[in-house]
Amino acid sequence: MAKRAAPEVNAGSMADIAFLLLIFFLVTTTIETDSGLNRKLPPMEESDEDVIIKEKNIFQLEVNRKNQLFLKTGGEEKVIEIKELRAAAVTFLDNGGGAGDNACQFCQGKKNPRSSDNFDKAIISLQNDRATEYDTYIAVQNEIIAAYNELRNREFKRAFPSLDMNFIEAENAYSDARTTPATKAKLKEKLEQIKILVPQKFSEAEPKSN
Amino acid sequence: MSKFKKKKGGEMPAVNTASLPDIVFMLLFFFMVATVMRQNTLMIENKLPQADQVEKLDKKSLVMYIYAGKPSTNYKSQYGSEARIQLNDKFADVKDIAAFIAAERAAKREEEVPFLTTALKVDSKANMGLVTDIKQELRKVNALKINYTTRKGNALEGLKK
Repeated sequence: MAKRAAPEVNAGSMADIAFLLLIFFLVTTTIETDSGLNRKLPPMEESDEDVIIKEKNIFQLEVNRKNQLFLKTGGEEKVIEIKELRAAAVTFLDNGGGAGDNACQFCQGKKNPRSSDNFDKAIISLQNDRATEYDTYIAVQNEIIAAYNELRNREFKRAFPSLDMNFIEAENAYSDARTTPATKAKLKEKLEQIKILVPQKFSEAEPKSN
Repeated sequence: MSKFKKKKGGEMPAVNTASLPDIVFMLLFFFMVATVMRQNTLMIENKLPQADQVEKLDKKSLVMYIYAGKPSTNYKSQYGSEARIQLNDKFADVKDIAAFIAAERAAKREEEVPFLTTALKVDSKANMGLVTDIKQELRKVNALKINYTTRKGNALEGLKK
């Protein structure tokens, strides 16, 4: 008997099946956000001794219940807008008003004697009300981190001109899986150096309850 | 001559759909690979604020998630409209956080515990009182590494909405 050819499978409905699966995955997919602002909380230790900080080294920010910003620094007190905050913070951190031991080697600011001494001494303090909205708080945090990053970028470029990258790019390269371990070790050392030069001294006071 | 005669009728030839399954499969594979199945069903509104100075959370397995926000419409009648905390799949109180962190820590290997990060996924309209309470609670249990999860975007633009 002659061999019969195998009947062809009808693949017409394959597209339908694939569409069904596709729609299922489309609906269930949530592109998860997995990035954000990293912060470190201060440990719970109760220290009795108060640290004495000169008033000129504090950049005191207060956010009230109406999400307005009040800034006290360098002998000035004023209400500011969030969009002015980054520039104000950079001016404060970069001031370099210290003399002698406290002189700031790399600051490029105005050297106002009533504002911060150097990167290491400058402290940004933030206090918010319990009724402050979270997105205002995040915007303030974001601007402060941006101010620090701006200075770190500048200092990184100054210290390591041969690398031709700024602090953020270096950090990204450091966390990139494609970077070789040898390069990573070198980068880490440089990043640490800049982090020590421009430390993030950022303190949060406990909020006022109305 | 009839050989060269045009075929009868101006019928359009049918579009060949043989490659359609291939195209659909390609899309399917993309979504299958890109999909992350949500671990928790959200019972709250969770519109994250925007920020641009963000860092990526690299090790997904070493992250503990704390959600907070207003209960979504289904739960409003039961839980009110004030912002609340959600841990895993249920609403929780501030004092439950310590137990939650302890449970998460117990589920991880011991050498991983110091690297655990707490991601705070807080709705942008929540108030800071709640967030501060969470932070205080985290300090008490010594879970100091936190991450305010945000969407990428301009922080100042986000405020206006």
